[in-house]
Amino acid sequence: MSLLDVSGLTVRYGDDVVVDDLGFSISGGESIGLVGESGSGKSQTALAILGLLPRQARVTGSVRFSGLELLGAGEDTLNTIRARRIGIVFQDPMQALNPYLRIGRQLREILVRHKLVARADIDARIVDMLRRVGISDAARQVRAYPHELSGGMRQRVMLASALIAEPDLLIADEPTTALDVTVQAQILALLEEIRDDTALLLITHDLGVVAGHCERMLVLESGRVVDAGATTSLFASPGHEHTRVLLQAAPRLDREDIPPPATGVSILGVEGASVSYRAFGSERLQAVRDVSLSLRCGETIAIVGESGSGKSSFVRAVLGLIPMQAGRAVYAGSPLEGPVEQRAKAQRRDLQLVFQDPASALNPQMRVHSLVEESLLVHEPQLNKGQRTARIIETLEQVGLSDTYLRRYPHELSGGQAQRVAIARALVLGPKVLICDEAVAALDGSVRERVLALLKKVQEDTGLAILFITHDLAVVRCVSHRVLVMYMGRLVELADNAALFSRPRHPYTRALIDAVPVPNPVVAPITAPLQGEVPSLLQPPSGCVFHPRCEYAVDICAQKQPVACDIDGTRVVCHRAAEIDLRRTVR
Amino acid sequence: MSLMRNRAISVSAGILSLTALFALVGPWVSPNDYLTTNFELPLLPPTMTAAHWFGTDDLGRDLFVRTMLGVRVTLLVAIVASLVSLVIGVTYGAVAGFVGGRVDAVMMRFVDTLYALPFIFIVILLMVVFERNFLLIFVAIGAVNWLDMARIVRGQTLSLREREFVQAARLTGVSTARIILRHIAPNLIGIVVVYVTLTIPQAILVESFLSFLGLGIQEPQTSLGALVNNGVKQMEGAAWALLIPACLLAAILMCFNFLGDGLRDYFDARHVK
Repeated sequence: MSLLDVSGLTVRYGDDVVVDDLGFSISGGESIGLVGESGSGKSQTALAILGLLPRQARVTGSVRFSGLELLGAGEDTLNTIRARRIGIVFQDPMQALNPYLRIGRQLREILVRHKLVARADIDARIVDMLRRVGISDAARQVRAYPHELSGGMRQRVMLASALIAEPDLLIADEPTTALDVTVQAQILALLEEIRDDTALLLITHDLGVVAGHCERMLVLESGRVVDAGATTSLFASPGHEHTRVLLQAAPRLDREDIPPPATGVSILGVEGASVSYRAFGSERLQAVRDVSLSLRCGETIAIVGESGSGKSSFVRAVLGLIPMQAGRAVYAGSPLEGPVEQRAKAQRRDLQLVFQDPASALNPQMRVHSLVEESLLVHEPQLNKGQRTARIIETLEQVGLSDTYLRRYPHELSGGQAQRVAIARALVLGPKVLICDEAVAALDGSVRERVLALLKKVQEDTGLAILFITHDLAVVRCVSHRVLVMYMGRLVELADNAALFSRPRHPYTRALIDAVPVPNPVVAPITAPLQGEVPSLLQPPSGCVFHPRCEYAVDICAQKQPVACDIDGTRVVCHRAAEIDLRRTVR
Repeated sequence: MSLMRNRAISVSAGILSLTALFALVGPWVSPNDYLTTNFELPLLPPTMTAAHWFGTDDLGRDLFVRTMLGVRVTLLVAIVASLVSLVIGVTYGAVAGFVGGRVDAVMMRFVDTLYALPFIFIVILLMVVFERNFLLIFVAIGAVNWLDMARIVRGQTLSLREREFVQAARLTGVSTARIILRHIAPNLIGIVVVYVTLTIPQAILVESFLSFLGLGIQEPQTSLGALVNNGVKQMEGAAWALLIPACLLAAILMCFNFLGDGLRDYFDARHVK
């Protein structure tokens, strides 16, 4: 008999059907992936199984857990099942943990409520559980509040609370989406390691995660299962068009190399840029330290790094949105100085920025027409209304939107459409340099592909230079000519795309590449990801800031800051760059 | 979603406009006026006799006309006082929030200082020292209410200023005036409209309270608060003299509150979508 049997599950809100006649089953110890883009109903399915949907939702069908019907079961039954037999991990641990209770207390609650362990053993059990999820110094950390822990640590605590009652089934809803790629690799490896014979229902948009961790998978599209089967066979031969689309859009590193652009002249140069923020009192937090680059016409440089690596601060300082403490930036031969308000009009016109989240980058009170028109009003005052509208329509067409969108408000657009409008706003003046700050991070896979293709086309047509900030190496792989890797505000490696992925020179770059989940079930996920987390910028480690996490570190790394050296056209900042070989044959 | 599809908004707006219309037209319909005393018919219960539809007060004045007059005065005080607080509060808050830094700190500490003063007490002092008049009531009530408005607008402006669409406008070179006008102000309207509809009942209450204390509107002018005050004195023999203005006052307050809630839901819904 299977552990969980779902059949005919349907969830409706009024007339909207968000989950439509869904059925699947999980046997003990099995792992299943539920895959789909946003709005496909995957989270709704999980909540329906757990009986956690809001009251307005009408749920029909059947959810049987070890033979017990959960739909329509009383709150008491559900509470017992949820805590003891089904563990849950949500995407955002900060919202799932109570900020007012110490983490030990939150774990204790579960044990006490269900009398799982003798009172005398509770403390030992909690410490043991925290130790198993990789929290060092667990005996002290039980007294920590959630805000004292990093995102990765919090997700470990969530995992501990989900597994402490030794449930039969673990439901994980996008458990690593909010985390950095190296931390994601740590959490996924941990999940695999401590799961034992607990069955797993893993909900994710990331096919790489499914490929590495699920035996079977279900593909959802607008509330329906369109494809289901063993992960290996579905990856080899998708049974449905949508699966094929998802697979094609899945982030992957094994792509064709991008030929370097016809060598253009350098258009944007930055030398020794440093940015610091005032922290507490007189302390200053060094967000960016001594970063240089030179961007050529028609070229894309990707800036990659985990959160807190200073990549956004770097470009914001170049643009003049925040002050640059040291270093200088030069655009087309003239210096970029002072805050953006004091810069020459031509510079402001030629350097444009696209933000991560179109929802907050577009004024909700303005229609598409006015949004795109605004910069024309500033920079092309000689145009009359008709000419402006013609330019707007032309630019919208360039980004693949028809003129029917002119009168829409941002909330009437989908995420992808809104990001196109934001790009159109940046392109309407015909800029020379486009800076994209995580411009595709908020988009679904297939939409992301289209937006990236669009940027590439614009670049081919106009010779635009692009600075592309991202945390996603798969995006880096498919858009950029060169890549700048940052760690704790410092440049660690600057290399050609092909060189970086085939032969990284810095151990951190190697670790980043290894941490990317490979959308190929034949390749085993890494079992020993980069350990530890990014240290506080207020107390950076001595010497090379990466040395505490670096497996190649030797004595000198802790004592002396490395200087940049150039090897075969790659700029790398590492003491041992010349002597270690980080090439991998497998993967 | 259209504004009128929201039931809370349409019903309370409907009742309020009916009441206002009634208060404007009522005195013309009645053959009586608010001044004439009739000592032969004091404390007459509501009756058709001589068209005293709401009865008469202890001086034999027609309560229907006086109540309508009271509604007019009350609504007028409320709306003018709210406009005063709107103009001062929005300007002050928006400037403090957008300029930021030291200016913001000084401006907001001033607001904090004003908060610390016992305002009702000061208003009462003002009323005692100066001649009691309409204007003073408006000013006094508006001066109390703008503080909240300034704080709310300042907070909203502060968060709007950091929003990415404002940064995008700064990058392109849109002028500060235009940023405030096109990007900040339209995004403030929702919260300001909602807050104004919620300050109106506050202003009404303060006015009624002052009139109830005998410090507000001067006889023979009247407001709902003054009528309630008068009614309390006749409560035992002539309950209608208290109940009618009291119920009207309650109805008006509730309608404004519902209107405010409805508008808040309406604007929230548009933001969420």
